[in-house]
Order: sequence, then C-alpha cells, then structure tokens
Amino acid sequence: MAIRERLSGNEAVAYAIKQINPDVMPAFPITPSTEIPQYVANYIANGEIDTEFIHVESEHSAMSATLGASAAGARALTATSSCGMALMWEELYVAASDRLPIVLALVNRALTGPININADHSDSMGARDSGWIQIYAESNQEVYDNFLQAFPIAEDARVHLPVMVCQDGFITSHGVENILLVEDEKVKELVGEYHPEHFLLNGKEPMAVGPYAVSNYYMETKRAQREAMKNAKEVILELAARFEEMTGRHYGFFEEYRMEDAEYVIVIIGSAAGTCKAAIEKIRQTTGKKVGLCKIRVFRPFPEEELAEVLKDRKAIAIMDRSEMFAATSGPLGAEVRAALQSAKSQAEVVNYFYGLGGRDITVEDFERVYERLEQIAETHVIEDMYDYIGLRSRD
Amino acid sequence: MENTYNFKEIMSREERLAPGHRMCAGCGGTVAVRAVLRALHPEDRAVVGNATGCLEVSSFMYPFTAYEDSYIHNAFENAGATLSGVETAYRVLKKKGKINDTFKFITFGGDGGTYDIGFQSLSGAMERGHDMVYVCYDNGAYMNTGTQRSSATPQYADTTTTPAGKVSNGKVQVRKDLTAIMAEHHIPYAAQTTFTSNFKDIHTKAERAIYTPGAAFLNVMSPCPRGWGYDASELMTICRLAVDTCYWPLYEVTDGKWMLNYVPKKKLPIEDFLRPQKRFKHLFKPGNEELLVQFQKEVDKQWELLRRRCEA
Repeated sequence: MAIRERLSGNEAVAYAIKQINPDVMPAFPITPSTEIPQYVANYIANGEIDTEFIHVESEHSAMSATLGASAAGARALTATSSCGMALMWEELYVAASDRLPIVLALVNRALTGPININADHSDSMGARDSGWIQIYAESNQEVYDNFLQAFPIAEDARVHLPVMVCQDGFITSHGVENILLVEDEKVKELVGEYHPEHFLLNGKEPMAVGPYAVSNYYMETKRAQREAMKNAKEVILELAARFEEMTGRHYGFFEEYRMEDAEYVIVIIGSAAGTCKAAIEKIRQTTGKKVGLCKIRVFRPFPEEELAEVLKDRKAIAIMDRSEMFAATSGPLGAEVRAALQSAKSQAEVVNYFYGLGGRDITVEDFERVYERLEQIAETHVIEDMYDYIGLRSRD
Repeated sequence: MENTYNFKEIMSREERLAPGHRMCAGCGGTVAVRAVLRALHPEDRAVVGNATGCLEVSSFMYPFTAYEDSYIHNAFENAGATLSGVETAYRVLKKKGKINDTFKFITFGGDGGTYDIGFQSLSGAMERGHDMVYVCYDNGAYMNTGTQRSSATPQYADTTTTPAGKVSNGKVQVRKDLTAIMAEHHIPYAAQTTFTSNFKDIHTKAERAIYTPGAAFLNVMSPCPRGWGYDASELMTICRLAVDTCYWPLYEVTDGKWMLNYVPKKKLPIEDFLRPQKRFKHLFKPGNEELLVQFQKEVDKQWELLRRRCEA
C-alpha cells in the first residue's frame, strides 16, 4: 500500500534520496534547494542511509566532486538552484560529455541580476544546451515520482546521460501537499543496484576519463550524445510505463489536460499548470468553451513530433515562458514549440507570453484572459503583439 | 615508512607514466609525475587526477593515454574537488564491499590550476581531509597558454603578460608562498621539493605524502625550458641552483612540525640561479643592479622566515 504523507517538494525529493540510498552526495547550500542536503545530512547523522556527504566549498566543486564520484563508480547526485547552477555551468557540459549518470535535484529559481530568490526557469533553461535530460514537475507528487525514475533513466546503457529533476522554487519546494509515497521495496525494485560497466575503481581494468580530443574526434562525441538523447525518449517512456504499473500514476513527455476537444490551448512548464487547470475548469463550466492545456514534463530530449501531433490542428495556442532568452523575440519554450509546429505545417495561430519571472504571481484570471485572447485571435487572425507579458507592472 | 633509499630499486620500478606522451624535452612537469608515481608501492593501484594544463593535454590526447593507472581529468580549477569525489566514492564502495583493491589518490596541477584558479577547490579538499595527495608541479607561470604570469611567478620575471619593457621590469609582485598556506590548513603533511641529484628528496616526500592517512600537499618546483629560457639539458643544474641559492628550500611540515631537509654548505648568490634563465635577462642590464639586490633581499627574508619556523 502506498504511504499517505504531507510533504514539501524538498522533503519529497529528500525522501526519495533516502529510499534510493545513493553512494555520494556533494552539495552546497543555496535557497530554495538548501533543505534537500539538510534532510539528507539528517538521515546520515541518524544512520538511516549509507550515503557519504561531501561538504564542498562551492557549487562548482559540488558538481566536480559528483562527477569524480560518478566516474569512480558511485551512484552520485547533488542539489542546487539558480546561481549555484550557474556556477556549475562548465561542469554540466563535462558531466554530459563524460556520459555520467548523475542526477541533479534542481529547485528552479531566477538567476541573479537583480538578485531574487523566487521561482522562474532561467537557471535550467539556460542549461538546456548542456546535454542533460530535463524533467519538470507541476506538484510535489510529480517531483517525487520524477526523482524515483531519474537514476534508472540516466544509468540505462542506451542513455548514459545526466538527469536534471526540476521543480519550482518555493511554490512546490516549500509548499506542503498531500503526497503518496512508494513503498521502500518497490523503490528498490524500480531503481535497482548500480553496477557500472566501466569505472575508475575497477581493479581489473584501469580507465581514463576526460581526454583532450582534437577536431578529429570532438564532433563524434557530440553526435554520440545526440544519439543518447534520442534513445532517452524510449527509455523515459519505458520507465513511465514501469512506474505506472507500480503506482497507477501515468507519465509521458507531457500531460494533456482537457485536450480531447480543445480548440484553444496553453503550453506551459511547471507549477503554474495547476492554476491553468483551475482556469480551464472554470471556463468550461461557465462558458463551455473548448480550452485545454499541454504541460511539458520532458523538455530535454524535446518531444518535437509528439507535441506537434497533439497541437497542430488546434485553432490557437499560447506558449508560456517562465524565462527570457533575450532574443527580443520568443522565450525558449516559445521558440521550440513554434519550430515543432512549423515542421508539422500547422496552421494554428500562436502567441508567446512571458510570465512569473522572479516569482511574479500568475492567477486563474490571468489564464482566463489568455484564453479569451486566443479565441479573439482565432476569429480575427490578427496578432498585435506576438510576444506579450502577463502581470507586468504598468508605467503608471 | 622506509628510511633507507635504494636508488637502484626505486629507479628500476615499472614506469606508471608511459613514454610516448607529448611533453617537451627538458620539462620538469613530466619528471615530477614520474618521480611521484614511482613512490607508489608497486602492488597498489592509484587514481591519478589532473587539472587542465600542459600535462593533461600532452598525456591524454584521445585515443591515447600515457597512464598505466586509472586517470581523471575534469577541468582547470577543480582537480581538488574532483579527486575528493573519487576518494569519497572509494570509501563508500569499500564500506559496501563493492570493491576490494587498495587505491591511492594523487592529483597533479600546474601552478595556474593550483595557486590561482584551482586554489579554492584545493583549499576545500585539503580542509575536508580527504585521503589524497595534491601535487603542484610549479613552473611559475601559465605555460600551457604561453607563459602568462601566475601568482607563483617570481618577481621581475619576464612573462607574456608581464613583459620586461622600456618602463617595466617584469612582474611587480613577489610569489605567493603556497606550501606555507597549505601547511596552515593543518593537514598531516605538506612539503616542498624539487629534483636533486639522486631524487631521494622527492621520492621520500612523495611516499610520505601518499602513505600518510589524510590530505597531503606536495609542491614540486618543475622548471619549464620554454618559459624560463634555459637549455633542455640544464634542468638538473637549474634545480640545484634553486636549492643552493635558497630560492626553493627543501622542507616539510609533518603534523604541524616544520623541518628543513637541506641547508646548503655555502648559500649561493641569487644571481647564480637567475643568470642562466632568459626570463631574468633584463636584470643583468647595466642600471638594474638594484633589482638584483631587491631579489636577494626577498630570498633572504623568506629563508630567514622559514628557518625561524623550522627552529620553533
């Protein structure tokens, strides 16, 4: 029987770590992810897990030590947010290129400038080209479930890539929700023991990691990473199927909510999907208008074809970005979803919104206005502002 | 720990850095690596770490590695943190009974990767007390990128970012005393060495560093023929002059006790060390006599400070 609990998102991730009992966790505190290493340190202090904690002096060293431990043959992970991840930047690329199955518990927080401790996706979206698998969550339940699936995805021989398990800072990391925990023995069955094929501490076969590769070889390593990322799609779905069998909870690349007949669709990542769902229910009950939601769970690898297939025949689509990329055009999600629709020769009208930067609230009413605008655009085929903001303070 | 040093036995040990790497002739870095790895007991295994630098790009160019042992290069500034992860993995996997072999952990970094960009990562690894040895092969500048100044570069050295010119005498500042800084981390063992005639000093120190439980730091002066401007065949002469002028004293700090390992019978003037090196050529131009006086004063000051620490 699943265990009913009430946990914050951070505690849920920490509990998943406890159940997995990994070998090495180097970590450096940063708001809002700090609680994760704190919980783990408590489990260690009370003899509840065998994990070795490394009290590194920075996030760069956190990822460096995680990488060293993983290359040595250990199941290794770390947790961070925002600037902590920015400091790891260089190491994110090294970890992916070294093909190490590291898991990073990322609690999304705005990057500094100005300093801000609240949720947006600028940290992980900035790292979208680093070669990491990225899995996002709407709720505490989802981040817990995603975390349990992360190591088996990363360690699969077809993949061998690091995985970033993302949740929205404070909104889910600190918000306490009802949650169903998976029994320990089932977690062990899902995650299994880690037996790497090649590792530094293999007495029978020395191994060298991190070569200098000149132009004759570098390009093939990138191509190999791309193949692994393509393979990851299959493995992510396999894990989701195993997980569903175990728990009854269904996961895919994205969640389709009231999409069966939806004409006006919002595409979004993370916790704001919950608010959007409330707006959908309200609109459908009061007006009967056909509104729906596509919530991205897996952003890397990007489910281009699958997403386009679901979206291409809708009347109008709003893509919601919780981070900037300062192209002076789209946000990152906007650019990629539009490219997917273009490939599928979709005729749907598309607009792109920026919302929730630095933790700015988004409300049910905000989503209602977005759906109203989509309906209007579908009728008039006039889009005055392709790239718009939600909740921005006015000049007066 | 053995007190006897059997030159023949030590030198006939199997090389753990295979020939065929791409380091320059007369490079001190390569000699340092071979000498340190020779101190591993032949039956023990090692994971060798490496900061980005000459050594890394010349000894592990895909698809060839020069290391007989397991090896990991990660990036420039994180050799300390990377090996601390490897060492921690070793402890936990050993505890869980997943591995049986005995491994030692040795990482190499140049002075750029150690004194400067990797200083924080090194300090963290030493402070946490991982059972590992950090070896700095100190050639006194960023040699891999073409002899730019580092905080290990001696005062007045002509480098590509502190060139001697019409209104410049080379590097302005004196060097950072990293060995002392590492000793002040209160690690069980920190030592400074270079290549002496029979390699006893570096061998003994490497062995102590490797086999003393806990964190150890070894600073090996490793001359660079290109950056320093000496003939490749003069490597050993340069090292002898560094030691006999007290520019690079041989000493060790064991559990907080400072000990000088060598006091020259006759302390040579610093000119003897500087003159054979092109990077100090400008110091010997007429009118620059005062710079040599200043250099000598700095050497004397540091030597006296070290002697006082060792007598205390």
